[in-house]
Amino acid sequence: MIELRGVQKSFGSKVVLRSVDLTVPRGESMVIIGGSGTGKSVLLKCILGLIQPDGGLISLDGQDVTKAPRDAFLARFGMLFQGGALFDSLPVWQNVAFRLLRGSLKRPIEEARAIAIEKLRRVGMGPEVADLFPAELSGGMQKRVGLARAIAAEPEIIFFDEPTTGLDPIMAGVINDLIREIVVEMGATAMTITHDMSSVRAIADRVAMLHEGRVQWTGTISEMDATPDPYVQQFIHGRAEGPIAALR
Amino acid sequence: MIARALATLGRTALGTLAALGRGAIFVGSALSHLLRPPFYAREFWLACLQIGWMSLPVVGLTALFTGAALALQIYAGSARFSAEAVVPSITAIGMVRELGPVLGGLMVAARVASSIAAEIGTMKVTEQIDALVTLSTHPMKYLTVPRMLAATLCVPVLVGIGDVIGIMGGWLVGTGRLGFNSAAYMKNTWEYLEFWDVGSGLVKGAAFGFIIALTGCYYGMNSGRGAQGVGRATKSAVVAASIAILAANYLLTEAFFAS
Repeated sequence: MIELRGVQKSFGSKVVLRSVDLTVPRGESMVIIGGSGTGKSVLLKCILGLIQPDGGLISLDGQDVTKAPRDAFLARFGMLFQGGALFDSLPVWQNVAFRLLRGSLKRPIEEARAIAIEKLRRVGMGPEVADLFPAELSGGMQKRVGLARAIAAEPEIIFFDEPTTGLDPIMAGVINDLIREIVVEMGATAMTITHDMSSVRAIADRVAMLHEGRVQWTGTISEMDATPDPYVQQFIHGRAEGPIAALR
Repeated sequence: MIARALATLGRTALGTLAALGRGAIFVGSALSHLLRPPFYAREFWLACLQIGWMSLPVVGLTALFTGAALALQIYAGSARFSAEAVVPSITAIGMVRELGPVLGGLMVAARVASSIAAEIGTMKVTEQIDALVTLSTHPMKYLTVPRMLAATLCVPVLVGIGDVIGIMGGWLVGTGRLGFNSAAYMKNTWEYLEFWDVGSGLVKGAAFGFIIALTGCYYGMNSGRGAQGVGRATKSAVVAASIAILAANYLLTEAFFAS
């Protein structure tokens, strides 16, 4: 279970997270929505320790993440980055098997390659892409490779940062379905950041809306549709008028 | 007016001190990671290939033309007091002590510090460095240490090769244009060259290699956002590496030869 209590983060005079309280139970798929610049990515990066929060407590299964042994802590996570974040200098299979080729999870090279090809197959890609370089792949294929890398070491927790941004609606649908299938199949805890309401409906067990550095609202998909909260209603229906100021 | 000038001065001083502090912390962190496992052998060999092998043509050509021009200049100068016989030895000493390491270092700085800063800066902008962390890999160990080690070991080798090519450049001009006898030119070269002339140049090469990799990695890791941020990091890395090489050259020369 991931728990955030009063998490704060500012960059200079700009307050991004005022006080975030959020609980993500084990095995649940939580989707975080909110406008651009509301700190969704910062929140994920605070949990992973990529950014140090200014205050508050983040715990994983009751243990303060700042006190957890770093390698063992990170070994529990997989992450799909917004742009894929594949390593340009490595072929696809080495990107997928990166964690299996070094560090505490190191496997023999043939075994790591076999696992990489199996994970590529799981995201709908054939072994022929294994030796290509990321620059030779389309945006959708890079997202799939990023997804294969995120699940390669079978993590307990997977983060997805805007998984469908920049993809056409059909490819976005494919990625959404893959995420849902993989999360259910692995029994993983998932946190997804997205603006894409079709992703929210495809992926989420629960939804949290971030606004002005706080969790404005949380609930299930059906609760989201029914809630009278004007912030949620404005966001999910994409209205320009409402309590969330839209710059024109 | 005076208050504003003082404020600007204060801001500049604080900014400079903060930058020095960040640089010192970066160096300390890089050195501490150098001594602790894991070590990434594949990245080290790739860095050796990129920094050492791929820089050979540019360093070799620089040394060749520098040695040739140096022989011409020394000949023109020494002819004023009928001391043309010193051309081989002074060319060799000038190359191995000073021009080989400094010009080699500057050429490698232009080629390597820029490429390291651009590569790591792009990795930062595209979240590849964050991805490394989430994959339990420390960016300092994976990106900085192999490059730092490779540059510190490869640049002296490049300087050594550049010394030989530079001396050959002088020999080509000496025998082809200035009328020196080939065997006499080579004899004169080796006779007056001392071990420490060569050794000091190689030590300088190692120091310059360390500086080049460190500045490239530092500016790459601290790159700003977008293409402009990466461009600025690349430019700053080359400028900082070049100035640091020239400053280090003076300090090392002072330390080695002042007495």
